[in-house]
Amino acid sequence: MAYDLSRRTALKGMLNGAGVVVGVPLLNAFLDGNGEAMAATGAAVPVRFGTWFWGLGVNPNRWFPTKVGANYDLKPELLPIKAFQSKINVYGNFNVPLDGAPNLPHATGGPAIRTGRALTAERGLPGESFDVTIGDLIGKRSRFSSLEMSASGDARNSLSGRGGGNLNPSEVSAGGLYQRVFGTGFQDPNNATFTPDPVTMARRSVLSGVTEQRQSLMSTVGAEDKQKLDQYFTSIRQLENQLDVQLTKPEPMQACVVPHKIPELPVNAEIETVMKNHEFMTDLLVMALACDQTRVFNMMFNNGASSLTRIGSTITHHQLTHEEVLDNRLGYQPEATYFLTRIMEAWVYFVSALDKVKEGNRTLLDNTLVLAHSETEFAKFHTIDNIPIMTAGGAGGRVKTGLFVDGIGTPVSRVGLSIQQAFGVPVDRWGTKSMETNKTITEIMA
Amino acid sequence: MMTRAFTRKAVAGALLAASALSFGMTASQPSPSEAQVAAPAPAAPLQIVAMRRISEAQYRNTIADIFGPDIRVAGRFEPIVRPAHELIASGASDAAISPTGIENFDAMARVIAAQVFDEKHRGQFVPCTPADAKAGDDACAKATLAPLGRYLFRRALSDSETAFYTQLAGEAAAKSGSFWKGLELSLAAMLVSPNYLYVIERAEADPANPGQMRLDNHTRATRLAMMLWNSGPNEALLKAAEEGRLTDQAQLDAVASRMVNSPRFEQGVRAFFADMLLFEKFDDLAKDPVVYPYFNQEVAAALPEQTLRTITDLLLTRNGDYRQLFTTNRTWMTRVLGPLYQVPVHRSAGWEPYDFKAGDDRAGILGQAGFLSIYSHSGRSSPTLRGRAIREVLMCQPVPNPPGNVNFTAVQDIHNKATPTARDRLQQHATDPTCSGCHRITDPVGLSLEKFDGIGAFRATENDTPISSAGTIDGVDFQGAEGLGKLLSESPATTQCVASRALEYAVGKPAEDSSVIEAMDKKFGASGYSIRSLFLTVATLPEAWRVKGATIPDNAKVSLTGTNLAGRAASKR
Repeated sequence: MAYDLSRRTALKGMLNGAGVVVGVPLLNAFLDGNGEAMAATGAAVPVRFGTWFWGLGVNPNRWFPTKVGANYDLKPELLPIKAFQSKINVYGNFNVPLDGAPNLPHATGGPAIRTGRALTAERGLPGESFDVTIGDLIGKRSRFSSLEMSASGDARNSLSGRGGGNLNPSEVSAGGLYQRVFGTGFQDPNNATFTPDPVTMARRSVLSGVTEQRQSLMSTVGAEDKQKLDQYFTSIRQLENQLDVQLTKPEPMQACVVPHKIPELPVNAEIETVMKNHEFMTDLLVMALACDQTRVFNMMFNNGASSLTRIGSTITHHQLTHEEVLDNRLGYQPEATYFLTRIMEAWVYFVSALDKVKEGNRTLLDNTLVLAHSETEFAKFHTIDNIPIMTAGGAGGRVKTGLFVDGIGTPVSRVGLSIQQAFGVPVDRWGTKSMETNKTITEIMA
Repeated sequence: MMTRAFTRKAVAGALLAASALSFGMTASQPSPSEAQVAAPAPAAPLQIVAMRRISEAQYRNTIADIFGPDIRVAGRFEPIVRPAHELIASGASDAAISPTGIENFDAMARVIAAQVFDEKHRGQFVPCTPADAKAGDDACAKATLAPLGRYLFRRALSDSETAFYTQLAGEAAAKSGSFWKGLELSLAAMLVSPNYLYVIERAEADPANPGQMRLDNHTRATRLAMMLWNSGPNEALLKAAEEGRLTDQAQLDAVASRMVNSPRFEQGVRAFFADMLLFEKFDDLAKDPVVYPYFNQEVAAALPEQTLRTITDLLLTRNGDYRQLFTTNRTWMTRVLGPLYQVPVHRSAGWEPYDFKAGDDRAGILGQAGFLSIYSHSGRSSPTLRGRAIREVLMCQPVPNPPGNVNFTAVQDIHNKATPTARDRLQQHATDPTCSGCHRITDPVGLSLEKFDGIGAFRATENDTPISSAGTIDGVDFQGAEGLGKLLSESPATTQCVASRALEYAVGKPAEDSSVIEAMDKKFGASGYSIRSLFLTVATLPEAWRVKGATIPDNAKVSLTGTNLAGRAASKR
């Protein structure tokens, strides 16, 4: 007749003491240390991790720097990042060895970077993506364990999940994102007063009841379904956390300014629409971070086999990369490259939006690490070695910035390993088969 | 609507009677000893052999069936990932629920539960009056929640579960100061329970085959309901399961036969074809407004409906031959589709039948704008995508992905004067040995549909050059959609394909045993390729109810429904 009393009973105790502001102990666990202290409260500034994905790579000789280390040279396609160069690392020459697994065009590269594994069938992700691993460490106590967004639509456009049939679906509209983060359930951390909502208390207790069904189901399932149930209950726990957060007086967040409601915008893959959606989503995300609603995020600018289009064009970005003739005089495909120019423009918008927000002596960007990458090196040939990768921000001083790192052909999983280690994930070896590595990129570790 | 509402009231009445009978509750609080007694382990050990996440349509249909169509389901559903070359029904067997997914399911659950117990609706679902509307009332909560739980979990709640949800309602009522709020939160908890969000398939020892297992009665009821009606089991099915009738082959045959002959089978057929034909592609269908001024969101919404109407009209209303789906001239039109097809539509609203003329080349579903537009790019048609879809979706012949290191320099741009049509451009693939292997399988099939542009509108020329609709499939030459449809209707691959998809759809795993498929296809043929007959075959196929490789583990002799919950309920008092 054993059952788990702990949380539920504790909470009930709390609730019976009506009107009590819920718990200091929770708050201590809330903050992960290591960062700067907030001037207002003395509490540590949270560190955040996120990803920014774009599809269809670059023109390698026009994008990758030549000079390794600090003050790397900016080729024409990377020139837009100039103002932020000291806060951005570029990674070249990291490979994706597949051990004989097929290179599934536009599908293999992204998951390889995120999971350290080769995709063997087009069936979700081959393993847990490391943003989720980091989220388990730093995202557990924020209202959302992570926020996923796709600026070009399609909720399935995501590279985040625990593997197999689990893919964290993306928000596809800025309006939807606003509603989710700043709609019902949002508490302004800078409000002076705080009263826990009795219905939220009741919901919280109902949910912990749901968790108690775990044992009875677990005892009769096979391994595969057990995994599914595990994921289900992990998700339920996240929802409980969300309610815990709502029942806790939030720490004041100096930089938090609650944004205005977003109008409903069209969602499609036309480039101007995507740029606009991306800007709105970025602005909302920045405030979601500044107001500490989440500490982990995944932004998909477009999809792997990019369906971006321009008004009046009969052909998509993806088709262009394959079908447009290489201009002999220019040495690249001008129409396809137009999209890359816009993508880099969007990336700079993203980075600058994070950098505009001041947190103590640093900026939000400094307290964040954003991993930006594509799924292919040169889309025309589907090459997956030397996929363009950047990181922006220093993760609260844990990562050095402003460097070009040459991987000299070592596996790309080193990037994932190093980032996880920077965030304190206890892992000394990551990836499978030829992508298994224990070689941290020491150059970037502060 | 009238019938539906009437049925619902009748059901609610039946629920009331049933609950009064089975629980014999009075208004008094159950004593600790009663709760202790109420924790029996089921006699036979059951093992969970599959957990399949319910689809958005199944969720919506279930809610409408239990609570009525006026209960609004608002929210975003986490999409189920389709594994390559498989059905979403198979993906559902792998589908986990992410934190975002649960967040959305929870929000939906609260919206639904709030409506069910609002002043307008509670009378239909609450068979009693609470002693005090501002406090909990266990007896009344139990009488309300147990019958609803039976529909949601697709089986009767165990005593411990009943006690548990009753207790949740009581606690929540105490905290919120409202009996109704208590019911609401408890119902919302059921709606996010894995017992609702997953179709949980359980197996029991098969007395006919010692040592083997078979799906139990409740699993059968749910599978029949989900497969044939795309919703949870209704009262009759639950009763049949409770009386153990669905493990009896003759009775199972009779039930399944009634179900495929019910008007509700149409809902099931629609869901099946939407899955088989990859209709999720319509969710994100976007066309360039400059290239295709006739395309807009209303058109996008009408396209799948047109194809589904063609399918249900032919296969159900007219009880037609599946193979005619590739040849029929009959379709359905609605106002917004008139400009795209260049045909007059008389009705200002709704749908009307329309027969294409022989020369229109709009044979079957392949000549319809729905198929033609989802297998095109946003700004132009694609013989390769169309050919590939015909192979993979309709003939179940997977086409390999392009090799990772393919060199596309051979393919020319559309502005090149030397290659004005897609046929000319694709010729480039055919001359490159790395590409030709696969493009030979797809392109000559898809090129026959080139007279239909990227949204499926007719065109005679591309870049001022006349388009040829000559095609070749497996060495046979033909012309246009009509020629293609005729060959597909004669190909054994198409009927075997739909047979194997139907089996995959039912069991949630790709069909592996080709001898079973061949036997099914034979029976399908003997019925004149009737879709009713095919689904009846699948629904009554003994192989589909056996559980392969499953044996009874020693540790499975545990109560499924959680003695620990009852224990908790008991010890609390």
